[in-house]
Amino acid sequence: MKIIISNSSGLPIYEQIKEQIKSAILSGTLTEGEALPSIRLLARDLKISVITTTRAYTDLEQEGFVTNVQGKGCYVLPINNDLVREQLLRKIEEGFQSAMNAAKTARILRKELEAIWEQICEEEEYE
Amino acid sequence: MNNSLEVTDLCKNFRDFNLNHINFTLPRGYIMGFIGPNGSGKTTVIKLILNMLKKDQGIIKVFGQDHIHQEVDIKENIGVVFEAPYYIPDWNLMDLEASVKPFYKTWNSHRYYSLLKDFELNKNQKIKTLSKGMKLKFMIAAALAHETKLLILDEPTSGLDAVSRDELLGILGDYVTSEEKSILFSSHITSDLEKIADYITFIHKGELIYTGTKDELLEKYCVIKGDGSKLTGEQYETVIGYTENTTGFEGLYPLKALSGLSANIVTDTATLDDIILFTNRNKVAFKCNTNERLG
Repeated sequence: MKIIISNSSGLPIYEQIKEQIKSAILSGTLTEGEALPSIRLLARDLKISVITTTRAYTDLEQEGFVTNVQGKGCYVLPINNDLVREQLLRKIEEGFQSAMNAAKTARILRKELEAIWEQICEEEEYE
Repeated sequence: MNNSLEVTDLCKNFRDFNLNHINFTLPRGYIMGFIGPNGSGKTTVIKLILNMLKKDQGIIKVFGQDHIHQEVDIKENIGVVFEAPYYIPDWNLMDLEASVKPFYKTWNSHRYYSLLKDFELNKNQKIKTLSKGMKLKFMIAAALAHETKLLILDEPTSGLDAVSRDELLGILGDYVTSEEKSILFSSHITSDLEKIADYITFIHKGELIYTGTKDELLEKYCVIKGDGSKLTGEQYETVIGYTENTTGFEGLYPLKALSGLSANIVTDTATLDDIILFTNRNKVAFKCNTNERLG
């Protein structure tokens, strides 16, 4: 599994690890029952602290993506579709919110904003 | 016994420098970065832990044992690396092995020579002819040639280039892949520690400023910049290391106080360097008027 840490992304390192493992699970690169690299090995390979890696794994466990078997390691759980849907919905809301914030700053009217959205949908042929 | 190192209420008075009530705990299996500006007392604390200086007050426990009563036992299990080698410059790396080996029950010659080989060091070379990076590597080899559970490094990265520093971080990362092993690492090059340290202990002029996880420290503060007149009196008092010039002010600010700030003030994430720098500068408002200078 490839994990790329960026120092300029603005996201905390544990968040970057979490997001990348999550998308690996959602895209099927990591499948149910597969073991994640051990916390200490991952920390060594990424040259980051053990606490940071632990935090990423704990978050993934709390969000229901992996399970931690004491003394054995971390394993990928079957994907919970409701959970995934819920998370994606939240992402959509966040995306709209930030688009609206940008529109407010630029004093773009709601109508214009809706027009932009329509245009994007058309370009992408989104039904 | 879950702590590799416990320092409680440690004090040491010199004529012109006092170390006051230092407390910190390094849990087993983690890396602690020990930071502070030059002359803040980092090396003094390390020497006190190793009983190379006599403490005036306080308790130091290494692996749960008293650092003076059980000194010999403890030192069997500690590897120490100082900024410069304490060894005789005319010795070569084999002489060194022969003279240090008898002090340790668990000294492993095979490991010593294989580390030298890993680090591409020539065992016939004299210590005085080694470059700074090579000296560091050889001291690490000497420190790790016996069974250790705690590695103490005092300013190991100062004077090293980026390549050697990166190699060192790799070696340290390898070391703590074992949950039994811990590292105390003093440095003023904080970018190294910013990544690999789990815990940070920050001292300044002999006083303890912070001890705890690195993430908590970094999440406590941010750097703010902007127009100083946009701050209320109370906010101004809250800024750590407020510094002002003609283009605006900058300073360190507690994240939890952020909500009341004017929208014109820019916030940035704080690095360990920022935290040290602004704490050191605390309340030095320096005024620089370009007009005056031009006139």
